[in-house]
Amino acid sequence: MSINRYKITKTISSIFVHTFLMAVAMTCLFPFIWMFRSALMTNQTIFVDKGLIPSTIHFQNFYLAWTKGGFGMYFINSVVYTVCVVFGIVLISSLAAYAFSRLKFPGSNFLFYMFLAAMMIPLPGSFVPLYVLMNKLHLVNTRIGYILCMINVGLSLSIYIMKTFFDKMPSALEDAARIDGCSKLGIWLHVALPLARPAIAVVVIFNTLNVWNEYILAMLLLNDKSLMPLQRGLMVFQGTHSVDYPLLMAGLTITVAPVVLVYLFMQKHIIKGLTAGAVG
Amino acid sequence: MKNRVFDKFSFLEFKGVAENYLFILPAVVIFSIFYIYPFFEILNLSMHEWNGISLARDFIGLGNFKEIMQDKVWWSSIGHAGYITLIALTFQNMLAFALALSCDRDIRMRKFYRIVFYLPPVLSEVVVGLIWQWILNSGMQSGKPIGLLNYFLTKVHLNHLVHNWLSDPDTALTCIAVVHSWKGFGWGFIILLAGLQTIDRQLYEAAHVDGAGVFSTFKNITVPMMVPVFVMVMILTILGSMQVFVLVLSMVGQGLVYHTEVPVTRILASMTGMSRFGYACAQGIVFGLILMIGSFMLNKISKKAKQE
Repeated sequence: MSINRYKITKTISSIFVHTFLMAVAMTCLFPFIWMFRSALMTNQTIFVDKGLIPSTIHFQNFYLAWTKGGFGMYFINSVVYTVCVVFGIVLISSLAAYAFSRLKFPGSNFLFYMFLAAMMIPLPGSFVPLYVLMNKLHLVNTRIGYILCMINVGLSLSIYIMKTFFDKMPSALEDAARIDGCSKLGIWLHVALPLARPAIAVVVIFNTLNVWNEYILAMLLLNDKSLMPLQRGLMVFQGTHSVDYPLLMAGLTITVAPVVLVYLFMQKHIIKGLTAGAVG
Repeated sequence: MKNRVFDKFSFLEFKGVAENYLFILPAVVIFSIFYIYPFFEILNLSMHEWNGISLARDFIGLGNFKEIMQDKVWWSSIGHAGYITLIALTFQNMLAFALALSCDRDIRMRKFYRIVFYLPPVLSEVVVGLIWQWILNSGMQSGKPIGLLNYFLTKVHLNHLVHNWLSDPDTALTCIAVVHSWKGFGWGFIILLAGLQTIDRQLYEAAHVDGAGVFSTFKNITVPMMVPVFVMVMILTILGSMQVFVLVLSMVGQGLVYHTEVPVTRILASMTGMSRFGYACAQGIVFGLILMIGSFMLNKISKKAKQE
């Protein structure tokens, strides 16, 4: 009797909890469903048809957005920036983190705390002097300028993540390699990096999302349409006088789709990176 | 002879240390150029009046800072960011905590919820802003504001609420704050859930054996154990929400829309709109100091509260 009652209260409370969680989950998903369904409509139907499933499905918008809307170009630019920046960050931050963790040299603590401090101190207007600097170096409106700036953006946190990983990693294999006469660079490349794969995965995913989603520097540094990444392209498209909403929604879908795919496959690493950075 | 050996050793040592520096060289070079130089340049520029192009920069000392003190639009933009932050601190974090508590147990589909709640935070503010702009406000048709929300309001006979949500000064900022909270609660949820899961289950069992009810367990075990996580989430929420601006640009755009101005859009306006680079830098410094003092004070208060 008492066990029965316990079961009933438990079931009722779990129904309440699930209703609550489900309702919130729906508000998370709905805007993206609405975006996708709006991308399947035409300019004639989009303001009239309010059904969740459009009466006529119109896949052509994706083709038009990719070609006429310029989103194909923006997409390729985004891919180029993301690949270059993430590669640069992994290379540079793993070298530095390995040195901070394993090698001895004067000033290593000071330099490491300098990178840490950069993560802690908020510098809201730093894009102003950065823009001035890029202008001086003639790197405004160039791919390499944007890539270098973005490498710097992700560097500090990546060094921190990699260093904490190296600190916890036993150094026995590296010692063995050193005794066998392997150079420092060789140990880093052939021993340390393969072992640090979990940390590299976190760094890669964190920075991939960061570069893909970046807007402010892309806005300040890139004026040529042919250089713009997706986020910037979306805002340019939206800024035109009469917004072609079906095409805008198709462009948004093109922007969102890779992120969602990466997220679904890698969400374990993403959440690990998030909580590693935050909860000790 | 002895000396020579010593010399050779110190040379090898020197070579080893120099080699070690090569590992950090690329990072230090990039960091110096793109972080340290701008850090000092912002201090330098803030004391100049400069249009960003001409070779001459007029040194005006603390003139920009004095001007900021009287800049009403600037302080109202800080007020707007404060309002967004207040909503994020209450609405967003309470929702995140309620969800985290609901998921901190053996519950079906926990993985599904976790994936879905963290979806808005992984997408960009441009994307989120443009989608919500489309839902809240998609322009006018035959003199009437349209958009999904307005359509829904007419359907449930709340015609008096139908209006341009994002161009009305009374509702625009609240809409931005709500969308910002919508984008952010999944992040708070993940961190708070991770915090909840570090609490030792045996504490709950002991409390249960001692006859403690759900509420007193929550009050005497969960909340005290979570205080450090709460403080961290609060500080990060404040830093993130005060600096929000891409969402503002993508939802209402930048122009002379003073009722949705936030500090970073003001800095951008000083820089690109008015070509006053020195003033923009001074605004950045003032804002950065406000943020640092704010998070420092919160940290102090929480430490004091913990001791008592």
